[in-house]
Amino acid sequence: MQTAQVFSFHGGIHPEENKTQSLQLPLGKPSLPKELILPLSQHIGQASVPLVAIGDQVLKGAPIAANNGLLSSHLHAPTSGTITAIESRPIAHPSGLSDLCIVLQPDGKETWTELKPLPNWQQLDATEVISHLADMGIVGMGGAGFPTQVKLQGAHKKPLSHFIINAAECEPYITSDDTLIREKTRELVLGIELFQHLVQAEQVTIGIEDNKPTAIAALNKTLTECNSKIQLVVVPTKYPSGGERQLIQLLTGQEVPSGQYPADIGILCQNVGTCVAGYEAVYLGKPLISRITTLTGKALNAPQNVDVLLGTPVAHLLAYADLQEKQLNRLIIGGPMMGYTLDSAAVPIVKTTNCILAANKKELPAPAPEQACIRCGMCEQACPASLLPQQLLWFSKSQELEKAEHYNLFDCIECGACSYVCPSSIPLVQYYRHTKSSIRDAREAAVKSDLAKQRFEARKARQDAEAAEKEAKRLARQQASASKAVQTKKTAPATKTTEKSALNASNSEAAPQINDTTKKLKVDVAIGKSKLKKLQKQLVEAQEDERLEDISALQLHVSEQEKALVELETELAKAVKANPTKKPSDTPDNSVEKAKAPANDALKKAKIDAAIAKAAVKKVEKALKKAEELQAPEVDAIRQQLADAKKRADELEKVLDNPSPSTPPTEQKPAVSAAQLDLASQVKKEKIAVALAKAKINKLNKRLASSPEDAETVSKDIEAAQQQLVQAESLLATLIESQHNSQETS
Amino acid sequence: MFTVLLAIGILVVLSLIFGGILGYAKVRFHVEGDPIVDQIDALLPQTQCGQCGHPGCRPYAEAISNGEAINHCPPGGQATIQALADLLDVEAIPLDGDHGTETAQRVAVIREDECIGCTKCIQACPVDAILGAAKQMHTVIADECTGCDLCVEPCPVDCIDMVDVGITAKNWSWDKPQGVAAQSLNIIATDRSTEVSQ
Ligand code: SF4
Ligand code: SF4
Ligand code: SF4
Ligand code: SF4
Repeated sequence: MQTAQVFSFHGGIHPEENKTQSLQLPLGKPSLPKELILPLSQHIGQASVPLVAIGDQVLKGAPIAANNGLLSSHLHAPTSGTITAIESRPIAHPSGLSDLCIVLQPDGKETWTELKPLPNWQQLDATEVISHLADMGIVGMGGAGFPTQVKLQGAHKKPLSHFIINAAECEPYITSDDTLIREKTRELVLGIELFQHLVQAEQVTIGIEDNKPTAIAALNKTLTECNSKIQLVVVPTKYPSGGERQLIQLLTGQEVPSGQYPADIGILCQNVGTCVAGYEAVYLGKPLISRITTLTGKALNAPQNVDVLLGTPVAHLLAYADLQEKQLNRLIIGGPMMGYTLDSAAVPIVKTTNCILAANKKELPAPAPEQACIRCGMCEQACPASLLPQQLLWFSKSQELEKAEHYNLFDCIECGACSYVCPSSIPLVQYYRHTKSSIRDAREAAVKSDLAKQRFEARKARQDAEAAEKEAKRLARQQASASKAVQTKKTAPATKTTEKSALNASNSEAAPQINDTTKKLKVDVAIGKSKLKKLQKQLVEAQEDERLEDISALQLHVSEQEKALVELETELAKAVKANPTKKPSDTPDNSVEKAKAPANDALKKAKIDAAIAKAAVKKVEKALKKAEELQAPEVDAIRQQLADAKKRADELEKVLDNPSPSTPPTEQKPAVSAAQLDLASQVKKEKIAVALAKAKINKLNKRLASSPEDAETVSKDIEAAQQQLVQAESLLATLIESQHNSQETS
Repeated sequence: MFTVLLAIGILVVLSLIFGGILGYAKVRFHVEGDPIVDQIDALLPQTQCGQCGHPGCRPYAEAISNGEAINHCPPGGQATIQALADLLDVEAIPLDGDHGTETAQRVAVIREDECIGCTKCIQACPVDAILGAAKQMHTVIADECTGCDLCVEPCPVDCIDMVDVGITAKNWSWDKPQGVAAQSLNIIATDRSTEVSQ
C-alpha cells in the first residue's frame, strides 16, 4: 500500500465535531418495538407497490413491496409478524407530512424466510449480480438513497478510473459509518471487492477523515491481512469532505463539471454502508432490513450507535437511549448541518436515516434573526462548491429563477457552510431550497402546459378535419342527389334508395307490389339500417355543433333503432329458415309487418317531435333565465312562449305515452315485444328525466343560496321542480312495474 | 455637372444592390408566424379555460401582442403576469379581478356512479382529458386535466367536482424564509424601546 496524494477543495468549515459522545458505548441492539412502520417511499423516486395485504403473515426478510419504476426499490419485512395496516402515517420528511406506510406487528419469533445467497457470484454476469442487489432492496445509504443498481448500471457508461468508497463521514455528531467500519471491517472489505468485481475500476480508494483513528487502524489491519489492492487514503478533517464531489476532488484532484455526474468522468462513489449491505445480500442472501444509526445529543443519557430494524419508530429508540424529555429542544434527523427538524417522534427509521440528534437548548439554540446581507464575502470563501452564495441569495429573494440557475444554483449541495459562517445569520440554505423547488415546479408546469397545448391543438386539428370532411360529404351528396333527381324522372320509382324517399315509399306503399315475406323483411331491414345510419349521423353532427339538448334525445333514438333493427333481422332470419319457398299469398306475417312498420314510424316521429319540443322548451327556458338576469322587458313574452312550448311538449308526450290509437291490431307476439322495447326506452328516458330534475333542484338550491333577493321565485321554481321530480319518479316506478309485468306475461 | 451625375449614378447603383440584398434576405430568412405571439403563448399556462375572454390561450396571446392588458389570466396568476411583463418590458400589474382569482391547482373528478354518459363533458374539455362513450361511465385523466372548470357547467346531473390537488411529500416544497424580520431591523436597543412604547 503506497501513500496517495491528497488534494484539497475550495472552502469548507471546521464546526465542532461532537463525535465522541456517541462512541462511548458499544453498538446497541434495541428490543423489537410494538410495531414497525415501513414507508412505501423511502427515498427519491416513485413509491414502491405493496405486495402484501392487511392480515398477511410475513417472515423476516420476505419481500413486502416491489419496486415501481427506475428509481424505486424493493422493501422487505424487517422481522416476522403480521401486517396490521397499510395506511398514511407521518414519515421522516422535512415537511412533516404523512405518506402511505406498511405497518407490521412483530410476532417476536424472528423466523427468517429462506435466504438466497449468490455463492458463485464471481462466475455470474455483472448484470445478474446487480439485479440480485436490486431484489435485495439495496440503496445508497449515505445520502439520498439512490438505488444501487441504477448507480452501478450508470457506471458502465464509461470505463472507470476510480472507484471511491466514502468513509469520510464529515458531518458533526454522526458516527454510524465509523461504528460500521469498526464492527464489520471484513464484511466491508469483501463488499468493496464485490463491487469492484462488478465495475472493474482501475483504482479502488477508501477515503476516510483523520478523526477516526480506530476505524483506520482496523481497516489497515484487515487490508494487509487480505493482501488487498484497495488503497486507504486519510484526508484531513474538514466539513464537507464527505460530499461526493468534494471527496472526489480530495482523492483525485478532478472536479465533476457542473450539471454532470461522477460517472461522466469515470468515477463511481459508494458509501461504506452500501458496500456492507451489498456483501450481506450476495454472501448471505440477506435483504436490506436493518442499519446502524447514531443516537446522540445532550438530551439523551445514553448516546450510542444502534443496529436497528428499518421501520422502528424514533420514539422507541429515544426511550432506549434514555431520553430526558425536559431537556429535549429539537429533534433532528441527520446531522446539525444538513439534517431537518422532526415534528413527531412517531416517524420510523428508513434506509437512509444515519443519525437522530436529540438536542437540548444549549446545543442548538434557536437561530438568530436574519439581518441584511453586508456583502462580507465569507459565504463565498466557505462554499465548497465554489458558488457565490450572496449572489444566489439575491436572486432567490427576488425570485429571479433564471439568473439563479445561471449562477449554478443546482450545484449547491445544501451543505450549510455558508449559513454557518454568515455573520448576518441568513438562513441561506433555506432560501436555496425554496428557490430550487420553485425552479423544479416551474419546469414541471412548463412540461404540463406544453402537453396541454399539444392536446388542445391536436383536438382543434381533429375538429377542423372533421368539419372539412363533413362539408365535402355534404357537397358530394348535393351533387349526387341532383343527378339522381334527373335520373328518377326517367326511371321507375326506385325501391332501393336508402334515404327518406324509400322510407315514405315503403310506408305508403300498397302491399300487392311485394308479396314475398322475406323480401319485405329485407327491405325493412335495409330501411331500418339506413335510418339508423341517418340517426347516427345526426347524433355526430349534434355532438360536433354542440347542440347539447339534442344529443341525448338522438342517442335514445339511435339505440331504439338499433334494437328494432336487431329484432327485424332475427325475424328475417326466422322467415328465411322457416319458409324458404313460401307462397306469396298466405302470409299473416306480412300484414303484421306492414301494420307494424307505419305504427313504429308514427311512434318514432312522435318521439322525435317530443324531443324537439322539449329542446325548444329548454331553449326558451334559457332565454327566460337570461332575460330575467338582465331584467329585460320581454320576460313576459318569453314566459308565454315557454308555457306554449311546454304545452306542446306535454301533448306530444301524451301521444307518446299511449301510443298509436290508430295502430291496427297486430298479432300477439310482435306487439308484446314492441311494447317491451318501448317500455324499456321509456324507463330509460324517465331515469334520465329524474336525474335531470334532481340536478335542476340542486342548481336551483345553489342559486337560492347565492342570491337571496329572488328567493321567492327561485323557491317556487324549486317546488315546481320537486313536483316534477316526484311525478317523474312515480312514472318511472309504474313504468318499471309494467315492464316487469309484461316480461312475465310474455 | 459630371460629378453630380456620377454621384447620382453611384447612389442609384448602391440602392439597387442593397435593395437586392434586402429583398433576398426577406425571402431567405422569412419567419413563419408571429414570433412574439409564440413567445407570449409559451408563457401562458395553456389551461385553455377562456377566463381571459378569449377562446383559448393562443388567441389571448395574439390579443396581448395587439395591446390587450397582460393581467387577464387567472390560472397563470402573478407569476405569469411577471413573466409577460419581463418579456414585453412593461410594468407588472396585479391580476384583474373581473376575470377571476388565482386558485390552487385543481383537477376535475367525475362521481362515476352518477354519470349518465351523456358525453357533454367530453365536448367541453379543451384538452381531451375525459374518457368515455355515449351511455358509458366517464372519467377524467387526472394527469391531463388542466383544471379549467369547463366541464362542470355542461354536466346535466352535476356529477363533476373540482378537487384541489393536495400537498404530498412528493410535491411539497420548502417555504421561503421570512426575510429580514421586523424585530431585527430594530436591533439597536433604543429602536426597540420606541417600538415597545408605540
Ligand atoms: S456571509 Fe452572509 S452577510 Fe456575508 S456576504 Fe454572505 S450572505 Fe452576505
Ligand atoms: S449550502 Fe450551497 S452555497 Fe452554501 S456553502 Fe454549501 S454548497 Fe455553497
Ligand atoms: S377535465 Fe374538465 S377541468 Fe379538466 S381540463 Fe377537461 S374540461 Fe378542464
Ligand atoms: S357531462 Fe356529466 S353525466 Fe354527462 S358524461 Fe360527463 S360526467 Fe357523465
